[in-house]
Amino acid sequence: MNTLATEQLPTPGTAPGVELRALDTLWFQVAGTVCNLACTHCFVSCSPTNHTHEMLSLAAVERSLAEATALGVREVYFTGGEPFLNPEMEAILAATLKVAPATVLTNGLLLSPERAARLAALAAGSEYSLDLRVSLDGWDAESNDPIRGAGTFDRILAGVRNLAAAGLNPVLTVTDVCREASSDAGKERFFALLRGIGIDRPRLKVLPVFQIGAEAERAGAYESWQRLRAGETPEDGWDHLQCSACRMVTDQGVWVCPILVNEPAARMGSTLADALGPFALDHPACWTCHVYGVSCKT
Amino acid sequence: MTERERMALHRGLATWGERLVPLADFRRAAAAAGRDLSPEERAAALRAATAVLPDTTPVEGPWSRIAVCGGIYNNHLGLAALLDDAARRGAEAVYCLGDLGGFGPSPEKVWPLLLQGDVRTIQGNYEESLASGREDCNCGYTDPRDNHFAAVSYGYTARHASADFKAWMGRLPMRRRVRVGERELLLVHGSPRRINEFLFASTAPVPFLETLLDRNACDALLCTHTGLHWHRRLPSGRDVVNVGVIGRPANDGTTAVWYALLDARPGGGLAVELVPLAYDHPALAAEMRREGLPEEFVETILTGWWTTCLEILPARERALSRY
Repeated sequence: MNTLATEQLPTPGTAPGVELRALDTLWFQVAGTVCNLACTHCFVSCSPTNHTHEMLSLAAVERSLAEATALGVREVYFTGGEPFLNPEMEAILAATLKVAPATVLTNGLLLSPERAARLAALAAGSEYSLDLRVSLDGWDAESNDPIRGAGTFDRILAGVRNLAAAGLNPVLTVTDVCREASSDAGKERFFALLRGIGIDRPRLKVLPVFQIGAEAERAGAYESWQRLRAGETPEDGWDHLQCSACRMVTDQGVWVCPILVNEPAARMGSTLADALGPFALDHPACWTCHVYGVSCKT
Repeated sequence: MTERERMALHRGLATWGERLVPLADFRRAAAAAGRDLSPEERAAALRAATAVLPDTTPVEGPWSRIAVCGGIYNNHLGLAALLDDAARRGAEAVYCLGDLGGFGPSPEKVWPLLLQGDVRTIQGNYEESLASGREDCNCGYTDPRDNHFAAVSYGYTARHASADFKAWMGRLPMRRRVRVGERELLLVHGSPRRINEFLFASTAPVPFLETLLDRNACDALLCTHTGLHWHRRLPSGRDVVNVGVIGRPANDGTTAVWYALLDARPGGGLAVELVPLAYDHPALAAEMRREGLPEEFVETILTGWWTTCLEILPARERALSRY
């Protein structure tokens, strides 16, 4: 077992703090940490048996949406676990698209032709954009399946095909576990893969890995030097960090961001109003966001 | 470890960082973290998060009818057509929301038209970048192809605009406040928050806009930067208008460019009209070719479809696009 991230915390009060400048992005851990996959690089270690966070009900999502609406929310993101395991997911999307644009981060396995058609109808019926982001970790089964699970490459591509056939153009999300993904040549390989299944405007997002959760077991945890410290505040501030404009709602309360939901210290309160204060960047994952310029947004 | 073993790992346990702990331990620690505010503190936190921001911009006007255009992108023929059209329609003043350069030919030709037409202009990201000697237009693209064409476009304008014109750009205000009838309009380039923030119709929802107008204390917000025009009347009765651009067509398969007319209504209201504008686009295309600008740009002028910088379009707008 790796060294505990929480045991590496610097002296309290020494990490720089980030103010929330506006609640632009509202995240929902809509499927909790429950997933039909158990990817070896998952920074929240989601699996069929991880109930650290449980699913959110439509009523719970609507309560937070109402609160976020009063705060001027700009966009809503759904993640998990696998969002489409939530039996109310489509009703949740319908409710959301009445007030704001929405993005769903999915593993693509539950995107049947019927569901894809219903999602396309939801998108067509809203004045706001609906985006689907489908995760994949390689150009073929040999590279993807060891990470995401046996047989997943073909099933993910089938889901992407179903979205495309329904007129939706998903964003393929790839992590740096796929070594070449961030190079121009690597991106071109993913674009070619998408074009090969009939998507003529391929979209791709490449994310670095966070060395926490399952990924820490797979490839190693953070080193103690991978920390932000007081005095490291950039000249133009922390506006590049997503936590300067987002909060995450789970069934356990409101958290600073989508990455740290398995760190109790990153829970900020029970409601969004409780969670509008500053957050101290004293987790090594904050270092990744800063150094790699990460935003979980599309 | 087999996949089956890995999947069984979390049964009854929670992941706390890299540790597996009893679920109850995690939830107890989480519940103890953060701080729940009292109802009074919550109300105060909400008030602070949506409080009016200080702004000392002087208010111009009042006018009863104005014309407002967005990015000119060196399209001097479009600007000349706009000045004629606005005068014909009785506009008392013409405003421009910035991005004078880029895309089109001969940057210097726009300047005398702006001066002669008394066009009240604010800075766009192009002016901010050109005046401060930045290496790029700060458009905020991430796609390599978009960045290539953005660099071609910015480099051409940076080389062909005079130092005097650039210095003039740098003296333009970043925002204006304008009274039309009884309504106070806030004029910005991208958004009141950031010069290069994109406000597209499908990603600028009502709650966000209402809060933006609350925080910036105005009755109407006028912006550009996206290249696509739209108007939304908010439930509060206020207006948000993306006036579009007169530099290139609106990615709709027609060669017209767009601007906005704002009219004071009896009783204190505001009428908003988005106006399609025809101009001598074949002449602009010919001049662009003479200047050696990319054929991709010329195609947009001649067909009305964008061929570059499409990455910025949200899903809904992109679905309506040819490319």
